Amino acid sequence: MRSDRSQSAPLGLKIAATCGLLFLHLPILLIFIYAFTTEEKSYQWPPPGLTTQWLAVTWNRPDVWEALSLSVRVAAISTLVALILGTLCAAAVSRSRFFGRETVSLLVILPIALPGIITGIALRSAFALTEIPFSFWTIVLGHATFCVVVVYNNAVARFRRTSGSLIEASYDLGADGFQTFRHVVLPNIATALLAGGMLAFALSFDEVIVTTFTAGQQQTLPIWMLEELIRPRQRPVTNVVAMVVVLVTLLPILLAYYLTRDGDQVAGAGK
Amino acid sequence: MSIASVTATRDAPVSAILPARGGMLGALSDLFWRRPRFLLVLMLMPPLLWLGVVYIGSLLALLLQSFFSIDEFSGLINRQFTLKTYADLLQPANFDIIVRTVTMAALVTLASIAVAFPIAYYAARYAQGRWKALFYLAVMLPLWSSYLVKVYAWKLILAKEGILTWLLAKLHLLWLLDGWLALPYVGGNSLSVSATGTFIAFVYVWLPFMILPMQAALERVPGNLVEASSDLGASPGQTFRNVLFPLALPGIVAGSIFTFSLTLGDYIVPQIIGTSRLFIGQAVYSQQGTAGNIPLAAAFAVVPIVIMGFYLWGAKRMGAFDAL
Repeated sequence: MRSDRSQSAPLGLKIAATCGLLFLHLPILLIFIYAFTTEEKSYQWPPPGLTTQWLAVTWNRPDVWEALSLSVRVAAISTLVALILGTLCAAAVSRSRFFGRETVSLLVILPIALPGIITGIALRSAFALTEIPFSFWTIVLGHATFCVVVVYNNAVARFRRTSGSLIEASYDLGADGFQTFRHVVLPNIATALLAGGMLAFALSFDEVIVTTFTAGQQQTLPIWMLEELIRPRQRPVTNVVAMVVVLVTLLPILLAYYLTRDGDQVAGAGK
Repeated sequence: MSIASVTATRDAPVSAILPARGGMLGALSDLFWRRPRFLLVLMLMPPLLWLGVVYIGSLLALLLQSFFSIDEFSGLINRQFTLKTYADLLQPANFDIIVRTVTMAALVTLASIAVAFPIAYYAARYAQGRWKALFYLAVMLPLWSSYLVKVYAWKLILAKEGILTWLLAKLHLLWLLDGWLALPYVGGNSLSVSATGTFIAFVYVWLPFMILPMQAALERVPGNLVEASSDLGASPGQTFRNVLFPLALPGIVAGSIFTFSLTLGDYIVPQIIGTSRLFIGQAVYSQQGTAGNIPLAAAFAVVPIVIMGFYLWGAKRMGAFDAL
């Protein structure tokens, strides 16, 4: 009997929970209004007027496009690396028991458990010691390192639910290891990988702390925004970019949730 | 199967299960099957090389640098083992930064617990079906939406000409804001350049990290325990203190690992919303950047690692990792 679940919540709890959720969501909604304000110099509220001209102005800004393109390229390659490494690691950890198995899980989680600034300065001092110049690839190196964990989490959860007897059956029916992977394992984990990949993409696309340490002169979109926040040049353009970033990251999250919702795993938990 | 092949099976039991596969891939596949350890090593090699060499290697490089020192006259790094850089951390100016950051991290953690509890409790005990999914998404979306945009949103809200001042003016409560801003330490010219602003932005940014593990822990508290407590005459406050809170504690500690660690290492929030007084993250950033004092930056970065090491050790003893 779960009759205890049918009663409704006390009023105080309802109010507190509602206020908490409003606190979480209203600030993001505010960004959408500010993207259309006519005010250029300050953050005045209420906006004196609404306009869509800043969308066009932002569209024609080459620096925004360059930053966006760099961010997308970095995120794509980091996601690819993270997918390969994360899946391999998850497969190894979930399919067999071996000495140091716990350590491997810890190692994967470490880049995200330690504050980003430590990952950042650690990579930077390593680049300095080994005299590697900053480039596109140093950014990817940093991003892939902390993206592995989201792919790993999703893949491990799916492997746990996939029955090992399916693989044994495939072998019994005469398939070799590669055929089994291609026709049995991959279809089973595909949606988990897709979800993990999208979360990794969103994570990399949004990353700023590690990137400030591993990027030279190049600007990813978050770095561009950070520059604008510290030394504002054209506030309305920043507002529009902020809105677009919210929209762009929203889609992969919703899709990742949709892909993994009927499982026991939590797609985004433990970012 | 003919009799001949059955006899052949007896003669060579290994090859009789299946004939050896032809080609390179087939041979490889057979090798994987016969020696699962080989496959395991092959699978673990790339991720371990990446994380073990790139990441752990970098951490060691960082640790190594913190034992170097900087020559105060030439500004060059002296690559000899010394503890001088760590001694520098104890200078009043540097030690202040550490105390300020740890205090902020503790306050942010406490506030996150207070704000997160009603949401997590409602989601765990009362929300069902569609509502439960909605609650989950309502926590997940802010968690994953852009960190910078979230900080930026608070800059808009807290600005002198922003929505909060406007709202307080409408409610005739501006005197409250002015009174608060006049206070030492927490006040300032406007909320967006005060420690209060930094605090609010931190709580906002890390709140979802507290809600999720807390909810996971509260899900495991059977509802009839709460009912039994009130049947036995406990007030809601007593039930909370003696039943709910102790049972939710592992989740709360798990969430506090995130809020505490993330606040310790953050340098973007205090840079955009806050006073000119530095936090550990900012000290690391400015020491390695403009000041060029990599050893001191490295020593500063070791501080959160050590604090988090103790924190995690304590959390593990309280069983917080089961709630993650």
